[in-house]
Amino acid sequence: MAAFLELDKVSKAFGAVTVADNLSFAVQQGEALGVIGPNGAGKTSMFNLITGTLSPNAGQITFDGADVTHNSAAKRCRAGMARSFQVPQPFSGMTVFENAMIAATQAGGMHGTEAEQFCLDVLNQTELLDRANTLAGGLTLLGRKRLELTRALCAKPKLLMLDEIAGGLTEAECRSLVQTIKDIHARGVTIIWIEHVVHALMAVVDKLMVIDFGRKIAEGEPRTIMDSPEVQEIYLGIAADA
Amino acid sequence: MTPSDFQVTRSSPFTKAIAVIGLLILIVLIAAPYWAGRADMRLMGELFLYLALASLWNLMAGYAGLVSVGQQAYVGFGGYMLFALTIFGGLPPVVAIVGAGVLGALIAVPVALLIFRLRGAYFAIGTWVIAEVFRLSFAQVSALGGGSGSSLPVGIVRSLASSRAGREHLSYWLALASAVIVIAAVYLFLRSRNGLALTAIRDNELAAGSLGIDIWRTKFIVYLVTAALTSMIGALIFLQKLRISPDAAFSVNDWTAFVIFIVVIGGIGTIEGPIIGTLIFFALREALADLGTIYLMVLGAVAIVIMLKAPNGLWGLIRARFDLELFPLSYRVKPSKSDMKG
Repeated sequence: MAAFLELDKVSKAFGAVTVADNLSFAVQQGEALGVIGPNGAGKTSMFNLITGTLSPNAGQITFDGADVTHNSAAKRCRAGMARSFQVPQPFSGMTVFENAMIAATQAGGMHGTEAEQFCLDVLNQTELLDRANTLAGGLTLLGRKRLELTRALCAKPKLLMLDEIAGGLTEAECRSLVQTIKDIHARGVTIIWIEHVVHALMAVVDKLMVIDFGRKIAEGEPRTIMDSPEVQEIYLGIAADA
Repeated sequence: MTPSDFQVTRSSPFTKAIAVIGLLILIVLIAAPYWAGRADMRLMGELFLYLALASLWNLMAGYAGLVSVGQQAYVGFGGYMLFALTIFGGLPPVVAIVGAGVLGALIAVPVALLIFRLRGAYFAIGTWVIAEVFRLSFAQVSALGGGSGSSLPVGIVRSLASSRAGREHLSYWLALASAVIVIAAVYLFLRSRNGLALTAIRDNELAAGSLGIDIWRTKFIVYLVTAALTSMIGALIFLQKLRISPDAAFSVNDWTAFVIFIVVIGGIGTIEGPIIGTLIFFALREALADLGTIYLMVLGAVAIVIMLKAPNGLWGLIRARFDLELFPLSYRVKPSKSDMKG
């Protein structure tokens, strides 16, 4: 079976800074892949390459059976990708509900009351329903992160890409977030999740990948990967010292 | 609370009341030839044309982020097309106005392909350069009077209406119609699915692109529609002036600087802003008419004070304080009254 998303020797450099170095990996349909790595390892850049915000210097990206390497971000989104941004990018002058409506109508292809009802359901799920009429620019950081998730979900994606949405959450909030993502995954949505909050990640993903200096260091069963000496050294070196 | 306890609305009793008041004002304005003097009608006609130009510039700069300082290119182009289509094409003036709009959209295609390669300040400068190219090109056309311009032949003017009063009424109604059509078009566009996309682009291009919005295409459509309507208004302006010259037709002061002033003081990125801005601009202009050049200095001072004290314009100030909107564009989520639901 062909992979749902596949990166084949993707490279990207800004002058001397390499953010992706011969990066190859595949995600199967329905899979949940976790991505970890130190700050500046190239995790968000990898998302930018997959979604089309950045275009690679070399390599090929295939999504849902089609070569999307040269497609715009908008086209890839309409093909079924949706992402959250690590640094929230709300439509500040619009309300939370309107932010959701944009995703539902533009990316999700829904119309009228169908779109409105869908947005209400998602807002309920992400616990933003009581802030529906708040201007997105007036939300707290936590609210903005939830809005990122809301918009990504309203796009009705086949591939959901989450970029550090658990950071800064309380224990209870984190549990409810994990439950939300588990529910979405259970519906068959393929997920790639970049996260520093490792225990949240471990509760959801089937596979874990470690990235450093734009290179894939390790990939495999989450527990095995976390226990491997390489990962302990590169990624958890700080934690081991403490 | 569950999602079924909520409903989504776009209008409110307030906006419905505003719609009724707006309609009443429109009826009074349509009847102006029966209650207003000749000078007043002339002034109102000019006001409507500026309102239309300002609403279009606002759609482009305030929503699509296309800050053009070269819209005089289309005002002048439309004016010249009116003269060319009536004098050489033999078309009736009202048909020529529509023709000017079609030709404006056509000429906007290559212009857009060229200047859309530029970003931010470079885009603004590029639009100005294009407008200068238009001005210099039309100054070369000797059939249209070259650098000194030409007048609309008496026969064409008479074809509008036989009496002078009839012509004045017709140009007043055309000006009023252009303002109403432009504002209605902007409102309906912004309420549509494409309008939602445009508003998203206004707020955050990165996120808009990642949510499936084709930014280039959306901006291109806005630019083309704006060019077409601006050309039609240009044709209308010079149908009233009856005389055209390159300097008058492509005046950056008259057709862009004043328009930017109107939009900025009124509130950029809102439909209401250009309406308030136009009223203030004309009130200031009439009040200061006797002061000569001091009038322009006062306008500049007003613009600076408003930009410092109310960066979102006067409408931005009002909206922030009272949470009002005259044109219902936003969505409101309200608890639904289950006893009222069937």
